[in-house]
Amino acid sequence: MRINLDFGAILERWPAFLSGAILTLELAVIATVFGTVIGVLGAIARRSDNPVATRVAALYVETIRNTPLLVQIFLVYFGLASLGVKFPAFTVAAAALTINVGAYTTEIIRAGFDAVPKGQLEAAEGLALSRWQIYWHVVMLPAIEKVYPALTSQFVLLMLASSVTSQISAEELTAVANYIQSDTYRAFETYILVAIAYVVLSLVMRAGFWALGLALFPRRRRLGTPL
Amino acid sequence: MQQNAASGAGSAVVSLREVHKSFGPLKVLDGVTFDVARGEVLTIIGRSGSGKSTALRCIDRFETIDAGQIEVCGHKVHDPGLDLRALRQDVGIVFQSYNLFPHLTIEENIVLAPSSVKRIPKAQARKEARAVLAQVGLEDKLHHYPEQLSGGQQQRAAIARSLAMRPKVMLFDEVTSALDPELTGEVLKVIEALAQDGMTMVMVTHEMGFARSIADRVVFMHRGKVHESGTATILTAPTTPELAQFIGTGL
Repeated sequence: MRINLDFGAILERWPAFLSGAILTLELAVIATVFGTVIGVLGAIARRSDNPVATRVAALYVETIRNTPLLVQIFLVYFGLASLGVKFPAFTVAAAALTINVGAYTTEIIRAGFDAVPKGQLEAAEGLALSRWQIYWHVVMLPAIEKVYPALTSQFVLLMLASSVTSQISAEELTAVANYIQSDTYRAFETYILVAIAYVVLSLVMRAGFWALGLALFPRRRRLGTPL
Repeated sequence: MQQNAASGAGSAVVSLREVHKSFGPLKVLDGVTFDVARGEVLTIIGRSGSGKSTALRCIDRFETIDAGQIEVCGHKVHDPGLDLRALRQDVGIVFQSYNLFPHLTIEENIVLAPSSVKRIPKAQARKEARAVLAQVGLEDKLHHYPEQLSGGQQQRAAIARSLAMRPKVMLFDEVTSALDPELTGEVLKVIEALAQDGMTMVMVTHEMGFARSIADRVVFMHRGKVHESGTATILTAPTTPELAQFIGTGL
């Protein structure tokens, strides 16, 4: 048995690969930024005294965690279409991925909030800080630092999962690959290259999160110790 | 507005009247009454579970009470409509476990409340941070993180952090219980200096020698009640057998 690999025809299409990879990265960045915002708000809602907020947040998290990403993407895609609104595939993909990762982020950040010792909150209350000041100055950073590895893994995972948005023709990396392999009949070679591209993207993201961590946690940068 | 309410020299800064508090079926405070005058140092002693820490925490409304009245610097603490943050600007509290914010430097720990609660400009707040740190002998630790300090230093920094809010009363909840005797000494020295400056203080403590030397008045709590109280002489000449026994076991 011999495997006959020919990358020539595929490597010629490198601009298409590159634009697909950039689009994938854009999806990941958008979902990371807005997913973090949703996660923080969702975690605050889940821990609030307001029963409506707690239940809405719980319903959101459980719905997302118990349905497949592809189905969620179709729901957003066809849901918007049935309302008569037509958005570009990229916008729909970004929205669906954000909604998806927001739920996981909510749970991760909630765990971080819960891990902040009660004494920290009492000390902050004793200093007359308001509830929001306590969240912002006392709870947020140590909580994020505690769950930072889990959080960043989730975002890398999401970047990889974004390949399913090729199903609604978002022109990201996997969609580009599907197109090229059907054009060149070099499916195996195409997906080898795509796999390598995803590995590179993961490394890029991890490097980005590492640098962001240095900026976010100056104490750790100086002392090197986890909280 | 709130600050004028407690005017009148010598009037009680802290006053508890028939305070009752239960945790479920457990009666923790059973009609506690005591006053703390301006500039006075009151120490609360008693066995674990006697209700002394709960009584202290009620003063800063970390616990809500079931019945009775608490007035602190003119704030009606028992009133459900209490302005909690106004109360806590007048009352400083220091805990057994220091509770410095680990992600902030000592300076940032101290500057946080004055700048975000009292809206004092950052530059001025930093200046005051240096002043209160000097007061507790830690001016060289300004840019250190809490974990770089010893337990005694952390506790002194926590005291400085409270002082930066310029409270009218300081509460100390077993602040030396987590420290070895040497570190305890350096923290007690800081508290002693505060007392000499005329700070009104309520402290729950197990340091009998310290209570004897610093306290204007001592309250001995037993089974949720003020069992015996008076000047520090009650520690050398107790009148109730329970206090005698408590001190006896403490020696």
